[in-house]
Amino acid sequence: MQLAVWTYEGPPHVGAMRVATAMEKLHYVLHAPQGDTYADLLFTMIERRGKRPPVTYTTFEARDLGKDTAQIFQDAAREAVTRFNPQAIIVGASCTAELIQDDPAGLSEAMGLPCPVIPLELPSYQRKENWGASETFYQIVRQLADKSVVRAPREGRAARANILGPTALGFRHRDDLVEIRKILALLGVEVNLVAPLGATPQDITQIGQADFNIVLYPEIADEAARWLEKTFDQPAVRTIPIGVGATRSFIADVAELAGADPTPALGDTSSRMPWWSRSVDSTYLTSKRVFIFGDATHAVAAARIAREELGFEVCGLGCYAREFARDVRAEAARCGIEALITDDHLAVEDAITAAAPELVLGTQMERHIAKRLGIPCAVISAPVHVQDFPARHSPQMGFEGANVIFDTWVHPLVMGLEEHLLTMFREDFEFSDEAGASHHAAHSPRKAQVDSVSEAPVADIPAPVLTDEPGNLWTAEAERELKKIPFFVRGKARRNTENFAAAEGRRQIDLETLYDAKAHYAR
Amino acid sequence: MSPLATLDGCAAELARPEAEAQRPVLRERGQREVFCGLTGIIWLHRKMQDAFFLVVGSRTCAHLLQSAAGVMIFAEPRFATAIMEERDLAGMVDAQDELDRVVTRLLERRPDIRTLFLVGSCPSEVIKLDLAKAAQRLGAVHMPRVRILNYSGSGIETTFTQGEDACLAALVPVMPALPADSAQELLIVGSLPDIVEDQFLRLFADMGIAKVGCLPARNARDLPSVGPNTRYLLAQPFLGETAMALEGRGAKRIEALFPFGVEGTSDWLRAAANAFGVDKALTEQVIAPGRERARIALSKLRPQLKGKRITFLPDSQLEVPLARYLQDELGMELVEVGTPYLHRAHLARELESFGPNVRLSEGQHVERQLDRVRADRPDITVCGLGLANPLEGEGLTTKWAIELVFSPIHGFDQAADLAELFARPLRRRDMLEI
Repeated sequence: MQLAVWTYEGPPHVGAMRVATAMEKLHYVLHAPQGDTYADLLFTMIERRGKRPPVTYTTFEARDLGKDTAQIFQDAAREAVTRFNPQAIIVGASCTAELIQDDPAGLSEAMGLPCPVIPLELPSYQRKENWGASETFYQIVRQLADKSVVRAPREGRAARANILGPTALGFRHRDDLVEIRKILALLGVEVNLVAPLGATPQDITQIGQADFNIVLYPEIADEAARWLEKTFDQPAVRTIPIGVGATRSFIADVAELAGADPTPALGDTSSRMPWWSRSVDSTYLTSKRVFIFGDATHAVAAARIAREELGFEVCGLGCYAREFARDVRAEAARCGIEALITDDHLAVEDAITAAAPELVLGTQMERHIAKRLGIPCAVISAPVHVQDFPARHSPQMGFEGANVIFDTWVHPLVMGLEEHLLTMFREDFEFSDEAGASHHAAHSPRKAQVDSVSEAPVADIPAPVLTDEPGNLWTAEAERELKKIPFFVRGKARRNTENFAAAEGRRQIDLETLYDAKAHYAR
Repeated sequence: MSPLATLDGCAAELARPEAEAQRPVLRERGQREVFCGLTGIIWLHRKMQDAFFLVVGSRTCAHLLQSAAGVMIFAEPRFATAIMEERDLAGMVDAQDELDRVVTRLLERRPDIRTLFLVGSCPSEVIKLDLAKAAQRLGAVHMPRVRILNYSGSGIETTFTQGEDACLAALVPVMPALPADSAQELLIVGSLPDIVEDQFLRLFADMGIAKVGCLPARNARDLPSVGPNTRYLLAQPFLGETAMALEGRGAKRIEALFPFGVEGTSDWLRAAANAFGVDKALTEQVIAPGRERARIALSKLRPQLKGKRITFLPDSQLEVPLARYLQDELGMELVEVGTPYLHRAHLARELESFGPNVRLSEGQHVERQLDRVRADRPDITVCGLGLANPLEGEGLTTKWAIELVFSPIHGFDQAADLAELFARPLRRRDMLEI
C-alpha cells in the first residue's frame, strides 16, 4: 500500500477516456461501479468541453456482485451501440471491475455487435493514466489500421504525415496542433491524419497512407508509432518542437523525411523569443536557478530552453513517469545534476526545498509547493487545473510556443528593472522586502516559508531543519545584515553561508563569515 | 443494506401506505451519473477538526478525492488514500499488515489526529478486506490517544451524501450513554456549516432548550450523549442508517420538515419546541425575527423564480425538500424530482405538498432521464458537473448540484442565499448577450 494525498496521474482507464473523448464516433463501454463517472467532470469542467465524454459506465452495485454483473455489462454495451451508433467501441474494466473478473473482451465478442469491438487490458493496480492512454491508442491503431491501405509512390505528390499524440485533457494539445499544422503547411507537407484528437475510427483505417509519422507526445503516441514503423515502414519524427532550437531541429527533421526545403519554415520570423532573451532587460535572468518537474517530454524540453535559450541554471530536474525516466536522466546529466524520478509530491517538495531555486517550473502540484515556499513558478506540464486550459491561443510548441514560454516563465520573476530598483532602494519603505513585486502573489511576505517547514508532512521524509532563530549560530549583526539581502535570494544566501560555515568549521556566523561565504560562492 | 434492497423486484410490489400508492414513483436503473460516498470526506473533514479519513482503495479513489477536493487538497488535508497495489491483491503481502504499517506511519507523522476513520471503497469491499477488524485491532494499539473507526464510502453501496450517513452511523455506537433517568435532551443530526449550527443553537437556547447536542460534533472526540431520553431532529434528509442506529440506542425522532426556507425552518424549530414542551407563544416570539427577515429577503427573489419550471437529477437526496421549498415558497413549477434514494418515512411530509403532476423518480438511467429533460425543456435543471456544461451546450440552463451540499443553505438567514443559487443561473442566462 502506498500512502497518497495527491497523485500526478489518474488510473489507466482515465487515460483510455482521454483517447476516447479526443476521438469522434468512438464509444467506450466501461465496466465500473457507481461513482467512477467523477472522471467525466475532468473533461466537462477542467477542459470545459460542451459535450459529455463518450463513455457508458455499467454502474454495478453491491447487490449485483456474484450474480449478474456480466449481464449488466452486456446490456450496457448493447444499449450504447444502439443509442450512439459508433463506428467502433472500446471496452474495458475500471479498477473494481478488474477484481470481479468479468471479461469485457469475451463478453462483447459473444454479443456479435454490429461494429468493431476493441478490448482493453489496463492493469489498474500496476499502471497509470499515461500508460492507459498509450495502450488504448496503440490498440485502436493496431486493430483498426487497414493493412492493405499503404502509401502510393512519392512521384508527383506532396509528402503526407500523420500527427500522433494529441488527446483530450492534454496540456495545450489544442494549440500545439495549430502550430504544427502551420509548420507543415510551410514545408508543403499534407496532413493525412491527426489522432487521437478529432479522428474517427474510419480515419484510423487510413493511417497507412502517410509517408511518415510525427510523434508529438511520446507518452501517448510512441507505442503506436513503433508499431506503424514496423507494419507500414513509416519512419517517425521524434523531435519535440518545444523551444526555438528544438523547433528548428524539428523543421529540419520533417523537411528531410518529406524531401522538402526547410528554409521557408526556418525563416519564419514570428519568433520573438531570441531577441527578447538577448535584450538587456533579460540579463538578470543569467544563471537564475530553476527547478523543473513534470512529464518527461515537457521537463526535458524545458530544461533545454532554460539552459540554452534563457541562460538559466537548472538546479533540479525530474519527472513523475518511470516509463520515460531515461530521457530525463540523460538531460539531467547534461545539466550536471541527478534526475528526480518520483510520483511522490512530498519528495518533490523536499527536493525543491533543498535546491532553493529562484524559479520552479512544474505541474499544478509544483505551483502549490512553490506558493507555500514563496518561490515564483510557472506551469509547464500536466496535471493542470482549469486556468491552464485557456481561451486564448497559447501553444507550447513551435515559434509561437517559444514566445508563450518566454512570457509565461519570465512574468513570475521580478523583472530586471524592478529587481534593480528593489536592490537599490531596499531601505526605502516602498521598496521593502515585504512589498515584493507588484504583479505576482508569489512575492507575498516571506512568512509563508517558515510556516511550511513547520508543518508535518505525511510521508516518511524528515522535514528539513531551517533554523530561523538567530541566537545559536548567527550573530545579531550578521542576522541584520542578512535581512538587507533582497528576499528572493536571501534563502539561498542563508543556506550558502551556513554550509560554508559548517565546511569551515566555524561555530558562529558573524559579518566576516557572511562576506567570506559570499566571496566563496561568487558567480 | 436492508434485505429489501436486495430484492428490488418484489420490493416494488410490497404494499405501501395509501398516500404513496397514489403517487407513482418512477424507478430506474442503468448508468448513474453520481458521486460515491467517499466524496463526503471533503466536507466531513472540515467539520470534525480532530479527525483523519484514510481511504483504503485504488488510485481511482485517490484521483476522485483530489478531483472533488480541488484546491483544498493542499491546505493541510486530513484525508489520504492508502492505494492498494498489485502485491496487496496478489497476496504477496498481508493486506492487514500493510494497513498496520501505513496507519502507524500516519499516526507517527500526525500526532494531532484523535479519531481515524478507515474508509472502505469499492476495491476494498470487493476483495473483502476486513476494515472493521483492522479498526478494532489498531484501535486496541492506539487507544486512548487515537480512536479508530470504520465505515464504507464505496460506490457499490453508497451515493454521495450517503457517505456522511455511513460515517455518522459509525459514530453512534461510541457516543456516551445518556442515563435513563436524565432529562430529555435534543440532538441535531447531520453536519451543518458552523455558522448555521450556531444560529440554530442560539434559537434553541432562546426557547429554553438547555442541552442540545450536534452529530457530528466539531470535535469527533467530544461526541454528544445518546439514550432513551434523546429526541433527535434530522437536519439532513440522507441519514437513514444514522437514524436507525440512533433508534437502536433508544433515541426518538422528531417528525418535521427539513429546515429549508421560511416554512421548513419554522416547522423544524416548532417541532422541536413542541417535543420539549416549550410555550407556543415563546416559540413564535423566538422564531418571529428570523421568519420576518427571511420573508423579506425571499420576496425579492420570488419574482425571478415564480412560474419557472425546474428538474432535479438525482445527486444528494436533498432534492425532495429543496423542491418542496422552491415550489411552496418561490412558486416554481416542479417538472421532475429525481433522487438517488427515497427515504419514504423521513420525507413523507415533504412529499405531501407535491402537486399531482410532479414526476418523482428514484435511481437513474441517465440516458433516458436526459431524454426526458430534452423533451421537458425545463427552465433550469439541477445536475452534477459531468452533465452541467453539456446541457448548457444544448441550450439548457443548469444549476450544479454539489454547491447545494457545500454552501450554507439551511435556516432562516440562508433561505434567500438558497433561492439565489437557483436565480443566478437564470439571471445570467438573460444578461449575456453573446
